[in-house]
Amino acid sequence: MSTFATNLTIDELKAEADHLFSRKRLVNFGLPSLVLTYLIYVFFAFDVPGLAERANWENGKTLVADSYSYKTHIERDNRTGEISAAIEGERKGAYPAGEAPDWVTLGETTVIDLEDGHVVRFGPRTVEYDIPGYGTVRATPTRVAGVQAELPAGDVPDWINISKNRMAITTDAGRLTVTRNRSEVFRYFTGWELYFFTLDSPYYGKSFPQLVGLAANGEAGAILNDFWTNKMWRHQDVAWAIFETILMAFLGTLGAGMVALPLAFLATRNFNPLRSVRFLTRRVFDFVRGVDALIWTVVLARAFGPGPLTGALAILVTDTGTFGKIFSEALENVDQKQVEGVQSTGANAPQRYRFGVIPQVTPVLLSQLLYFLESNTRSATVIGAITGGGIGLLLTQAIITQKDWEEVAYYIVLIILMVMLMDWFSGWLRRRLIQGETAPRRKKAKLVKAS
Amino acid sequence: MTDLTAGSPTVDQIRADYSETTRRKRVYGGILLIVFVALMAAGFRTADDRNAGSFVDGWHRIFDYPAEVLSEAWDKIDALPANLVKFFPALVETINIAAASTLIGTIAGTFLALMSTRGMALWPALIPLFRRIADICRAIPEIVIALVLIFILGGGPVPAMIAIAIHTAGALGKLFSEVNENASLKPVAGLHSVGANWSQRMYLGVIPQVGPNYVSYALLRFEINIRASAILGFVGAGGLGYELRNSMSWGQGRYDEAAAIFLLLFVTIVVVDQISGQLRDRLTHGSEKGARA
Repeated sequence: MSTFATNLTIDELKAEADHLFSRKRLVNFGLPSLVLTYLIYVFFAFDVPGLAERANWENGKTLVADSYSYKTHIERDNRTGEISAAIEGERKGAYPAGEAPDWVTLGETTVIDLEDGHVVRFGPRTVEYDIPGYGTVRATPTRVAGVQAELPAGDVPDWINISKNRMAITTDAGRLTVTRNRSEVFRYFTGWELYFFTLDSPYYGKSFPQLVGLAANGEAGAILNDFWTNKMWRHQDVAWAIFETILMAFLGTLGAGMVALPLAFLATRNFNPLRSVRFLTRRVFDFVRGVDALIWTVVLARAFGPGPLTGALAILVTDTGTFGKIFSEALENVDQKQVEGVQSTGANAPQRYRFGVIPQVTPVLLSQLLYFLESNTRSATVIGAITGGGIGLLLTQAIITQKDWEEVAYYIVLIILMVMLMDWFSGWLRRRLIQGETAPRRKKAKLVKAS
Repeated sequence: MTDLTAGSPTVDQIRADYSETTRRKRVYGGILLIVFVALMAAGFRTADDRNAGSFVDGWHRIFDYPAEVLSEAWDKIDALPANLVKFFPALVETINIAAASTLIGTIAGTFLALMSTRGMALWPALIPLFRRIADICRAIPEIVIALVLIFILGGGPVPAMIAIAIHTAGALGKLFSEVNENASLKPVAGLHSVGANWSQRMYLGVIPQVGPNYVSYALLRFEINIRASAILGFVGAGGLGYELRNSMSWGQGRYDEAAAIFLLLFVTIVVVDQISGQLRDRLTHGSEKGARA
């Protein structure tokens, strides 16, 4: 420290050092305790203790289980005796009438094999469930007397739920529910069922080599078509949604760059001598930036309705402000010597800008544009969830149904991959276009500091 | 370029070569420009087709909605102070979400950054793992985590806070580790030689070097997080965004409230931007002076 080099007395030096130490001590202990106090305040302000009660852990369990597994419903209408099988109980995943998965034997008495010795039999009148280690449970649904259940002797275990009109048994192998009108069995499987083909496709259940063989025989188009139009996973819609999201980011970012560049000239000291215009342009940039993408989205959605155009314009408007600010700072740092050099050869104003200014600012501009392209892919997902466009919309829709968690998991994976891909792509392009830039982010960091 | 070793070229040759290069450059530039314009136009057409309303029909209506809101708000201008007071708690909640998530994200980001920098990591073998964790945290948009957590935890500020904190941790983890790479490892080695353990080495050897940069990035993140927390409110995570959606879905008759919320949000964003911009300016310039001395 420079203080020690002066001709102070020992006492003065000691006092100064003491002072320094006590201040350091105050900062070292004061700052963490301040942060801690704030976090404790937030802990109570957000009512985190009450959260534990309000939280629905059951929801969480279904969510996690559902995201990597699916269930097949085997259902009997107790009045007509008709049996139907459907994956996830959805019509889109229903087996054709009179057909069922191979672990179900249809007949007068339908036998459903849940494996590990668990067997459910839908008899003409009575439903039976053999549970290994417990015994056989019989339930007879009648229209008058409700569901009459017969259990093995002893206490009713807590995984069996019986009331007058309903019996539910949940075991590791599956789940059986009997009500007056319906008997239903769920069997759980790991994986995402029907991901490639739905049941109504002739290619369902074919192995990969078989499919390759069929494709070689000229059925490639039909196979792709069946995959592309899969009603359960909607690959076509998902592909379009991802394309829309990237489109929003692309149009918004580049459009903002194109609008902001000429405006940025108006906001610089060295290119625009008019002080009032400069001031006005800068305030316009501040305004569109301050209004924020959320409000622009809301306003624009009223004019254009939901869709990718609204999202693209919201990004465009907000980023025009940000780019305007960044570009005008870059333009103010331009070296005037090159401009003068070009001018000395008799260049007019547009030529001076084109050959004297633009080459100097291009690296900054490009690296900013590419950086924002990646970050706007993420914004486009968020804006899509509000305005209704792109993968954000599909995600919110899937979450609102509260049961298609495997689709939610699928979309989340796709979104993460999409953002990482855009990150990689913009980084690659930046390195290709701007030679000599080893650390792409550092440029941004410098600018941020400068702003 | 002309080959200088093969005898001195004539002026005509040089000129021909030069104009050839220029022409080729111009052609490439032209093609690139055409491709770019075509991409933009095609993209715009596609986006326009897939939108509910088209650009041509809608562009003159852009200001209808703001005008409607403003005129109604103007009619009830005397209710504005009451509305501002009414929604102030929501504003505090939005700011709290942003501040708490920035704090938690900064702490987690610091940890991730230290763990993924060579020479500082506690377990050098796990550097790639921590890098990937930061990448994934950064890639997840906040809304994804928020929506899933809202389903489990119910609406409120906590899902938003967790969602933003995770993204912040990833984003700051990456920026911080770049700062760390520029830090000198000599203080760490010095502390090691006197028997300091890992946390002491980091706290006394690294943090003082990188502190100003860390704070500067964290402040920038706070600006971003204020906006994010307002947006997340819109999908049910509390704060100003939530109130905004409510007052908007009521439609006409409640636009005075919507206008008050717009105003609060706008002023907050501008004020936070200004304050943090100035603080960051002081931090970086201060540290530069310190480095030179």
